[in-house]
Amino acid sequence: MSKQDMRTPLAKILHLGSAKSGTEDHVIQRATALAIAPLSVFAIVSVVALIGADYETARAYVGHPLISILLIALISAFVLHMRIGVKITIEDYVHSEGLKHYSLLANSFFSYGIGLACIYAALKIGFGS
Amino acid sequence: MVQFTLPKNSKPTEGRTFKAEGAKRVKNFRVYRWSPDDDKNPSIDTFEVDLDKCGPMVLDALIKIKNEVDQTLTFRRSCREGICGSCAMNIDGQNTLACTKGIDECKGDVKIYPLPSMGVIKDLVPDLTGFYAQHASIEPWLQTKSPTPEKEWKQSHDDREKLDGLYECILCACCTTSCPSYWWNGDRYLGPATLLQAYRWLADSRDEAKGERLDNLEDPFRLYRCHTIMNCAKTCPKGLNPAKAIAEIKKMMVERQA
Repeated sequence: MSKQDMRTPLAKILHLGSAKSGTEDHVIQRATALAIAPLSVFAIVSVVALIGADYETARAYVGHPLISILLIALISAFVLHMRIGVKITIEDYVHSEGLKHYSLLANSFFSYGIGLACIYAALKIGFGS
Repeated sequence: MVQFTLPKNSKPTEGRTFKAEGAKRVKNFRVYRWSPDDDKNPSIDTFEVDLDKCGPMVLDALIKIKNEVDQTLTFRRSCREGICGSCAMNIDGQNTLACTKGIDECKGDVKIYPLPSMGVIKDLVPDLTGFYAQHASIEPWLQTKSPTPEKEWKQSHDDREKLDGLYECILCACCTTSCPSYWWNGDRYLGPATLLQAYRWLADSRDEAKGERLDNLEDPFRLYRCHTIMNCAKTCPKGLNPAKAIAEIKKMMVERQA
């Protein structure tokens, strides 16, 4: 026998009430999108400029303070944007509560993990160690 | 996960065909049929309609079929002039009102289904219980805290103009049921029609409950499931733009934090 739900339609819709959140993600997603546009151009120009360069030249380029800072900004914007984008996709399509929560957790671990690793690499080259 | 295909017992089968004997100008109407009174799958019945003996709108054909061919055909209708929103259904692949959709606008057979993603009560009648509860949840009436004035709550012409494009909504549910975000999360996402109505009250200069209204909407599911897909604006039979209203709500959310 299927489980009966005798709540009123309004009780179903109101459910647990408003989460009073979502605006921060909305703002971060748009702000990072704005940042990614010029930073992506910088990344593409950098890669094209380094075509044919040897390892030492490429390392010296990435190690320049301004380039390091731009790289870290690009990585941060990408990671924040990616985390929110994947989060929204999971919320859209994964309806099983358990799977949804573990997926959201895995998404955060993966995004921040990748971000930290990339920033560590950029800093390491930037500080020349 | 979301369901991308119809469950086995919801897949339509080929139904009956009703011929229009002696007709010269014939149009085929392929109509979704389902009855809760038997265990059969839905079927698509074909009705041949003599266009020389039928009004110009799809609703005219449906009424003719019901009157002259099959009285069990079930659909909602009332005003027959695009005001009540009762006859909203999916015609020729788009949600619209049967009373304002011309038969000659449909190329080939006229395919008629109930509004998508809602449960079906019978034939072309969708279950709008949840949709109406969502509308009720935004408390769609003027809310004030100031003492009620002797005559009326005043509003300037400019402020009144801000409600144009909002108050005309007839709650037909065409937009909401065309929205993929609503298909996947219709139990938590309020949908374009309800959010347009929510903005109608947020934009009303006389309303004194803006903060509470925004508090109730600020939710990753209630509001932020809108991904600007724009099906709502494309399908609205009244030419309204719910996506823009939703964007305005999001702007208000940001504005009160900055």
